[in-house]
Amino acid sequence: MSQMGSFKRLVEVGRVVLITRGSDAGKIATIVDIVDHNRAIVDGPTTSVARQQISFKDVVLTDLVVKRLPRDVSAKVLAKYLEKQQVVEAWQKTAWAKKLEARKRRANMTDFDRFKLMRLRKQQRSVVDRQVALLKKERA
Amino acid sequence: MPDGLATNLHEYQVIGRRLPTEQEPTPKLFRMRIFAPNEIVAKSRYWYFLSKLHKAKRANGEIVSVNEIFEKNPTKVKNFGIWLRYDSRSGTHNMYKEYRETTRAAAVEACYQDMAARHRARFSSVQIIRVATVKSADVRRPYIQQLLQPKLKFPLPHRVQRPAKKADRALIIAQRPSTFY
Repeated sequence: MSQMGSFKRLVEVGRVVLITRGSDAGKIATIVDIVDHNRAIVDGPTTSVARQQISFKDVVLTDLVVKRLPRDVSAKVLAKYLEKQQVVEAWQKTAWAKKLEARKRRANMTDFDRFKLMRLRKQQRSVVDRQVALLKKERA
Repeated sequence: MPDGLATNLHEYQVIGRRLPTEQEPTPKLFRMRIFAPNEIVAKSRYWYFLSKLHKAKRANGEIVSVNEIFEKNPTKVKNFGIWLRYDSRSGTHNMYKEYRETTRAAAVEACYQDMAARHRARFSSVQIIRVATVKSADVRRPYIQQLLQPKLKFPLPHRVQRPAKKADRALIIAQRPSTFY
C-alpha cells in the first residue's frame, strides 16, 4: 500500500467501477480480473452488466471494493459476494450515485412535470419566507 | 465488447487437397489454422503456406472447407505464447513473444501490431508458427510476469475523464480538470 503514495483508488480485483461509455454507461460493475495496464475484465451480475473486457478509459474507479474477492470468480460467486457485502446498496447511498439519479430524473421530466415542480417550489417558498419574515420581525 | 477493443483478425480452419487424379483418386487432406481478417485472405494464406510445405498449389488443388474457429471462453484472460518467423530488411528471424489476452485471435492481432511497432514488419513478412496458452508458472517474459502477481494492484495516475458521447465533448471548460483519483 505504501508504494502507492497518496492514490486512494487502485485497480485491483474487487474494485467497483462506474461504466461511463457504451451501452452500459451509468451502471456499476466489479473488476474480476486484470488483463494489463489498460484493460480489465468486469462483471455485474446484479446490475445487468455482462462479463466483458473493458478499457480503463471507459470506466471510473469508485471508492467501493468487494472485500476478499478471489481472482477470476464466476458470475454466480461474484453475485453472492455482492449480495453479502451489500455493494449495490452501498453505492446507492453515496452522494455520487444520488447525484446521477437526480440528473437522470431531471432529464426525463416532461413540461408538465416541470410546471408541477415550479408550483411545489412556490408553495415551499411561501411557507419558508413567511417564517423567515416572522423571525426577522422578532429579532428587530 | 466496446468498438475500440474489437479484433480485426479471425481464426479459420481451412481444409484443402490436391485435385483428384486417376493415380490418386482420394488425395490427402491438409488442415491448417490460419489467422486472417476474412475468409478470402485465409484461403490465400492457406495456399501460400501449403505450397511451401507440400507439392501443392492453387492451380491443381481445391479448398474443401473453411470454418471460423471461435474462442471457447472469450471472457477469461489467458497468457498466450506466440512463435513466429519474420523477414526483416536484412534477414529472417525466429521469435517467441507473450501476450495477455482473452482470445487467440486477439493475441495474434496484438502480435502483428507489436511487430509493426517494434520492427516495422508488415503483415506479409510475419508468419505465425504456433500459438499456445502458457501456464502462469511457465511465463518467460517479465512484462507479462509482472501482471501475474497474486495481489496485483496499481493506481491510474493520470485520469482524463471523457464524456459518454463525442458530441458532448467541450472544447473550452471553465475549470481545469482534476486528473487525480
